[in-house]
Amino acid sequence: MSLLKVENLAVSFRTAGRVIEAVKSVSFHIEEGETFALVGESGAGKSVTALSIMRLLPEKHVFYPSGSIVYSGKDLMKAPEEVMQHIRGKSIAMIFQEPMTSLNPLHTIEKQINEGLTLHQRFSAAEVRERTIELLKLVQLPEAEERLGAYPHQLSGGQRQRVMIAMALSNEPDLLIADEPTTALDVTIQAEILALLKRLKLRFNMALLLITHDLEIVRKMADRVGVMRAGKIVEQGAAAEVFERPRHEYTKYLLESELREGAVQVKTEGKTVLQTNSLSVAFPIYRGIFRRVKGYVHAVNDVSLKIKAGQTVGLVGESGSGKTTFGLAVLRLISSSGSIRFMERELQNMKGGYVRPLRKEMQIIFQDPFESLNPRLTVGQIIEEGLKVHHIEDSKRSRADIIADVLQEVGLEPDIQSRYPHEFSGGQRQRICISRTLVLKPKFLVLDEPTSSLDMSVQTQIIQLLKKLQRKYHLAYLFISHDLKVVRSISHYILVIRQGDIIEYGPTEKIFASPEHQYTRSLLRAAFDFETSS
Amino acid sequence: MGEKGLFHIELNQRTRRRLHNFRSNKRAYVSLYIFLCVFIISIFAEIVANDKPLLVRFQERFYFPIFKTYFETDFGGEFEFEVEYHDPYMLELIESEGWILWPIIPFKYDTIDYYMDAPAPSPPSGRHWLGTDDQGHDVLAVALYGFRISVVFGIVLTIVSSIIGVSAGAVQGYFGGRVDIVFQRFIEMWASVPTLYLIIILTSVLSPTFGLLLVILLLFNWLSLVGVVRAEFLRVRNFEFVKAARALGVNNVTIIYRHILPNAMVATFTFLPFILNGSIVALTSLDFLGLGLPPGSPSLGRLLAQGKANLQAPWLGITSFAILSIMLSLLIFIGEGFRDAFDPRKEFA
Repeated sequence: MSLLKVENLAVSFRTAGRVIEAVKSVSFHIEEGETFALVGESGAGKSVTALSIMRLLPEKHVFYPSGSIVYSGKDLMKAPEEVMQHIRGKSIAMIFQEPMTSLNPLHTIEKQINEGLTLHQRFSAAEVRERTIELLKLVQLPEAEERLGAYPHQLSGGQRQRVMIAMALSNEPDLLIADEPTTALDVTIQAEILALLKRLKLRFNMALLLITHDLEIVRKMADRVGVMRAGKIVEQGAAAEVFERPRHEYTKYLLESELREGAVQVKTEGKTVLQTNSLSVAFPIYRGIFRRVKGYVHAVNDVSLKIKAGQTVGLVGESGSGKTTFGLAVLRLISSSGSIRFMERELQNMKGGYVRPLRKEMQIIFQDPFESLNPRLTVGQIIEEGLKVHHIEDSKRSRADIIADVLQEVGLEPDIQSRYPHEFSGGQRQRICISRTLVLKPKFLVLDEPTSSLDMSVQTQIIQLLKKLQRKYHLAYLFISHDLKVVRSISHYILVIRQGDIIEYGPTEKIFASPEHQYTRSLLRAAFDFETSS
Repeated sequence: MGEKGLFHIELNQRTRRRLHNFRSNKRAYVSLYIFLCVFIISIFAEIVANDKPLLVRFQERFYFPIFKTYFETDFGGEFEFEVEYHDPYMLELIESEGWILWPIIPFKYDTIDYYMDAPAPSPPSGRHWLGTDDQGHDVLAVALYGFRISVVFGIVLTIVSSIIGVSAGAVQGYFGGRVDIVFQRFIEMWASVPTLYLIIILTSVLSPTFGLLLVILLLFNWLSLVGVVRAEFLRVRNFEFVKAARALGVNNVTIIYRHILPNAMVATFTFLPFILNGSIVALTSLDFLGLGLPPGSPSLGRLLAQGKANLQAPWLGITSFAILSIMLSLLIFIGEGFRDAFDPRKEFA
């Protein structure tokens, strides 16, 4: 008998008179000690499936048109709430994507782990403490005993995720549901967490239901895999089998959309567009009543680089390494020291009024396409703004025509000008962001993680669009990312940065083939093999 | 599609969606309807309630006493006095050779009725539908004029204080840092001034008028929005679309008006109905205490005070209570409807 058997599950939501079918028909089973991965793009219904196993969806709005969920002989869909409370956390545990918001910021981690323990088992105070320390050691939280009194904000993202795992394991569940457990984490930490999950799974003989959009993780972790699309499992089977011989169109499409090819071929060396010389950014720390400067946080230290027309420099580093800060400093959106030469003019110390006309030549595209478009302006108004600011007129064509051309250029319909950003998907929004900058015909773009909030296949499309534009207009890119795969597929040169310092700088092939620095090597291993250096 | 075309379409789409949202809130819609009816009637209060006739026909000629001052000699009287149309002698003179068309309520808020059938305060009757106060003023006329002055005062005060409050909050939130800190400390000091005492002192030194009361209340009323708007600006200014606008080279003023302000207005709209009601209540309470509008002005607060002084005449208290509570409730309902209509979450749904 399977540990968990989900059959023909359908989940719908009732909101404001409408019914949304989130999951249409999902059947799968998980055996004891097995890892089953649900993979698919956002909106496919993966998380809803997982939450309905735990019956954690809002009872008021959700209903199940069909299906059954049987967990070791018990039908969970018909089980009364008291039974479910007993199963949740005790037999089936869950960890979530965002470790910052999944922990209560007002309680110490000891208290949060204890809660799960004392709910389901009888322990004396001393035993609980002992068990908590044991759990924290098990998830390899450094200095476990000293950290018992720590609050979530005192821990890093990876450490928080370890605490979440410790909480989930506290009652030695038979099934652990991990909903995108590493999406919010850096590559090296991602590799550590995945290794930890693998080890713990063996040790407790747990089954693992892994939910992810990352095929690489599935390849490394899962025994069997189910590919989900629009509320249905379109293909399932042994992981190796699915990856080797995908049968369904969609699986093939997903596998193909993994980034493989390299940067745009440049025939002629272009002019130098941007050159920085020992660029540094330091944020002052204010202390005391009079808020006097008591020191500096050095976000970027002495970074020098050169970007030529038609060339991409990839800026790689983990979160907090100063990548974004550098990108903003290059555009003079934050103050810095050192020299920034753009199109053979020194930007540093230039008066604001003189920088403004240059702004149309250098632009930035941000990570989150949901936050980078003003929700109250139409697409046409958003794109038009740059034209207005720089007084760009064309005697022959109206602005609306210029905008229509740009929209077509980025692969959108030209007649969407009167619509609002919320009507578009993440990928389309990112295209709108690109057209906003493109309409000004820039020479240099800072791309600040432009694809990291997008699905894999959309990511590929955006990268391809960026490369097409680079080829056509000879654009220079500064591509900021933590994702080495994406960086490899577009960059000519790579600059690895850690805590504001340059670690390594060189041509892409060389960095990937023979990284010189230890840190670069560990980044590469974590990204491509999910191996940890320890 | 030119620049105008874009703008036009945006207005249409958005306004239609908002209108639809507002209409779907039945309570707000009905409230707005009732309120507008009453308010429009009160705007034309001079025609609805006046001690001068609308129209006089005398010796084959028409007279418009509301718009023009006539003397007794015009109607065959003996003196160069302004006509007192309630005077039985004048009535007799005019009606002997013509007729008079009276407004629905033949009294103004300050008309003292010398020809009542009962001593003041007189109970409701055919002559005075809601009775009179202890000086012989018609209660319905006072209520009508008082309603108008209250609403106009409230709306003007709300608009002006919102403009000041939103601007102050916007500047603080957008620029942050030292500007913000200096402003915050100033506002904290300003807010700790005991408002009521100050008003009492000021009104006893200067003689209060509509304009002066407006200015005095304005001094403190604008504070209520600053905090909300400031917080919204602090939040929105860090959004990437603001950074993107700065990267495009857009200047600060445009960023504030075009990008941040519309996104910060939802919080403002949430507060507006309460500010409006607060303004009306402020004026009413000053009038009630006798510190408000000059004696002789129509005022709901004064009517309320009359009700308190004449408990044997319940129609005074009941009328003013009913009018105040209905007016304030209607305004809150309308405000709620507007707020929901402008809520981007509903707007974009």
